[in-house]
Amino acid sequence: MSSAAVTNNKGFGATLWDYLTTVDHKKLGVMYLFAGTLFFAIAGFEALLMRLQLMIPNNDFVSAGTFNELLTMHGTTMLFLAATPLLFGFMNAVVPLQIGARDVAFPFLNSLGFWLFFLGAIFLHLSFFLGGAPDAGWTNYASLALYSPGHGIDFYVLGLQISGAGTLISGINFIVTIITMRAPGMTFMRMPLFTWTTLITSALITFAFPPLTVGLFLMLVDRMFDANFFDHTMGGNTIIWEHLFWIFGHPEVYILVLPAFGLFSEIIPVFARKRLFGYSSMVFATILIGFLGFMVWAHHMFTTGLGATANAIFAVATMAIAVPTGMKVFNWIMTIWGGSVKVTVPMLYALGFIPSFVAGGVTGVMQAAAPLDYQLHDSYFIVAHFHYVIVGGIVTAIFGSMHFYWPIMFNRALSEKLGVWTFWIFFIGFHCTFFIQHFLGLMGMPRRVFTYQADQGWDLFNFISSIGAILMAIGVVLLVINIIITAKSKPLNCRDYWGDGRSLEWAIKTPVPFYNFKQTPLVRGYDPYWLEKHDGNKEGMIYAEPLGDIHMPNNSILPLVMSIGMFVAAFGALYHPDGKAWAIPVLILGLAITVGAMIVRSVKDDLGFHVHVEEIVATEEHLYGNGGNK
Amino acid sequence: MMKGLKKWRLFSLLAVMTVFLSACGEEYITTLKPTGAVGKEQFNLLLFSIAIMALVTIVVSVLYLYAFMKARRSKLGEDYMPKQVEGSHTLEVIWTVIPIILLLILAVPTLISTYKFADVKAMDEVDEEGNKTALTVNVTAKLYWWEFEYPEQGIVTAQELVVPTDEKVYFNLKAADVKHSFWIPAVGGKMDTNVENVNKFYLEFGKESADLKDGVFYGKCAELCGPSHALMDFKVKVLDRDGFNDWVAAMQATEGQTASAESTDLGEQTFANSCLMCHAVSGVGASGAMGPNLTTFGDRNRVAGVLEHSKESLENWVKDPESIKPGNLMTGKYGELSDEEISAVADYIMGLSIEE
Repeated sequence: MSSAAVTNNKGFGATLWDYLTTVDHKKLGVMYLFAGTLFFAIAGFEALLMRLQLMIPNNDFVSAGTFNELLTMHGTTMLFLAATPLLFGFMNAVVPLQIGARDVAFPFLNSLGFWLFFLGAIFLHLSFFLGGAPDAGWTNYASLALYSPGHGIDFYVLGLQISGAGTLISGINFIVTIITMRAPGMTFMRMPLFTWTTLITSALITFAFPPLTVGLFLMLVDRMFDANFFDHTMGGNTIIWEHLFWIFGHPEVYILVLPAFGLFSEIIPVFARKRLFGYSSMVFATILIGFLGFMVWAHHMFTTGLGATANAIFAVATMAIAVPTGMKVFNWIMTIWGGSVKVTVPMLYALGFIPSFVAGGVTGVMQAAAPLDYQLHDSYFIVAHFHYVIVGGIVTAIFGSMHFYWPIMFNRALSEKLGVWTFWIFFIGFHCTFFIQHFLGLMGMPRRVFTYQADQGWDLFNFISSIGAILMAIGVVLLVINIIITAKSKPLNCRDYWGDGRSLEWAIKTPVPFYNFKQTPLVRGYDPYWLEKHDGNKEGMIYAEPLGDIHMPNNSILPLVMSIGMFVAAFGALYHPDGKAWAIPVLILGLAITVGAMIVRSVKDDLGFHVHVEEIVATEEHLYGNGGNK
Repeated sequence: MMKGLKKWRLFSLLAVMTVFLSACGEEYITTLKPTGAVGKEQFNLLLFSIAIMALVTIVVSVLYLYAFMKARRSKLGEDYMPKQVEGSHTLEVIWTVIPIILLLILAVPTLISTYKFADVKAMDEVDEEGNKTALTVNVTAKLYWWEFEYPEQGIVTAQELVVPTDEKVYFNLKAADVKHSFWIPAVGGKMDTNVENVNKFYLEFGKESADLKDGVFYGKCAELCGPSHALMDFKVKVLDRDGFNDWVAAMQATEGQTASAESTDLGEQTFANSCLMCHAVSGVGASGAMGPNLTTFGDRNRVAGVLEHSKESLENWVKDPESIKPGNLMTGKYGELSDEEISAVADYIMGLSIEE
């Protein structure tokens, strides 16, 4: 096992098997990254089709029904299957290194989380080939969802249930990892901000996904067995779905944006060559945003008719979130203030992020004013607002961090030149697409429309918006080209690629060996690597232990088997309402596979293995030449 | 350098102004040229919040640009080592307190308007004779059309809401099938039509619609409701109070009007045989019809909410509604009609009118 890491040239089969069974956080990070990129490309393509349809009035490029499928899958995929896994990719790749851990607390669960997410996502996307994708919006409001014919909504419910379980598992895993696996000296208030935001995000996942799970489960039994939780003619209530969905849905926004904040809080100090300004208030703001994120869900329902008092309370609570968010923005600016800013591609994304996110933030406050929201709600204004937050905040963080962390994840650097082109094309395209949509909304254009009549004053702005979408698509294609070209470039084999790394992940030489630090580092303060570097420590870090045997977990195929079981069972559940004779046996078979794998996992002792000192020395010499990781 | 900067500023200011001016939209649909007290108050709140947010954005942008311009490494030199600052309590307090004050300022009109717009007590007020003093319209949203019932007047219409100017018009909103949302952008904010409960709110219509481009304000469905969500439009005809009273009287006068299967007119005959089960031709009644009430069809502005108001559009609609509004509930409900019958029935329907 351990010698496998030393030998580089493995056959295709062996490599595939390695990835199917791996429990290594670095490999899972890479798998999350590529799976996320795949779904990002699919959802981006769906968006492009929608923008092409809306380019001119009365267009018939895609039909009404298809358009609803596209808008549903675009939203669902981007949030659940693209942004979340991409951020999980960085969490996996970076957080264990940042806290000086060997791996996450539960490597087996980490792998299970990935495979559940991936097979849930595949299941959801199979809907395109099996009778139609879900078409009730990513919010899947109950009355329309129950009315929707075909199996689209069933794919949505089952697919998200499976992938949501994966996300929940990963969230719990990161909480335990960050609380229990920090290197000696890494107190809570010395943790890098990305670790902090990962911790808070994981806590949000733990509390926000159960309401979604409940909602999806109620929807599932409604559709499978006519349980009538949401059928108002049978005493059900559709508003309950709205509440359950948004009690999850609003924290979900912070689940995505907090890690993005964390990533920028890593990028900006490195390229400003300056300590993050107001670290403790940044931590406090993160916690406060996470807390308030649960208090504001009904601002998505101002027009549902909850009454004046509910609207008033949620309006004020929503406005309150602007305060900690504002604190963060000012702290980033003050980090730049008086620093020495090198404009690399990651920093370009950070510099583009600040004004874009502020623009998205202030329109959010405008919509918090409930009476004004009566006009803005479900218009193109809200579409503009949340794309400013999600693209301007989260996607820029993901693209910037790809450039930033590529050296650690792949031991290669993405092309800066191509990266600059990507940034400008994408950034201009983004503003061109969405800035103008604020005005479309104010001019009375509702969202989620597959077409619009000419001469309502919307023609020109829709055209401009579609041009912007094409630019964004070009930007993404350039990024993918950059990734492909980089795969063929020379390995870096260096430490601290950007030269001004501050936190622990930069203290380790790339390629990172499968056991991470050969000795657990000792953390002497905030920005531990920066401290050592400026104390003249040539070895990277001081180590807390002598070189000794390292205990590592074994690879396992069981997470994949468990996930495949759920995948199979989902087909049984899906086709059961059609009265198919094989539906129940398939459901039982799938669950049997999952439970069987769980039993195997429980009964079989898997104590992992030890990497002995000689092997560590051999690995280090193989990776870095004589002397190892110094 | 400064001169160039100034010119650049002027240019960007002009560009922004141009966008703003051209962004006002069409009077019959935009929220930026509102009519009536509700829309105007919401518009004022929009301007007020934009002013505060613009202030915030400008302050942040200036700080950000200044910090960045001063801190570029290309200017400071490759080896410049900045002072490692931990933070500043004073600054943290400043940028916590100032936003809180700004938000409190914004919260005041927000809360006042929230309660004001939700106040529908006047709906139930009655005069000495026990008649309701305010006009109430019961709106029922159905898969892809709108039904408007005037309970006090005992009349019902569809697709075209008729209301008087300068008084509060109260709405009871409900959906008959899936959730929709009732929105007249130029007049005021939207409210959802839920399937399980009645939502109430009011709007005010500030001016008559006669001099607008189509003589009507545009109304929209704002909640995704299926394939033809985008086509679920309605129109709003605003008359002065006398004109409205006349319209009500004319509607009430259609009591008992119906189409006869024995008629010599092929159109009426066809209508009676194929259409009358769902479409009434008398404006007297209550909501709950299968299809839109057609009493005032000849006076309307669109066919099926979106097509040009012509006999040709109507024929196309009757021939194949599915091709125009996918997912509608009319398709397949009335058997096969010959071209001759369709033409005749279109003539008949276009002739249904209560306005002279």
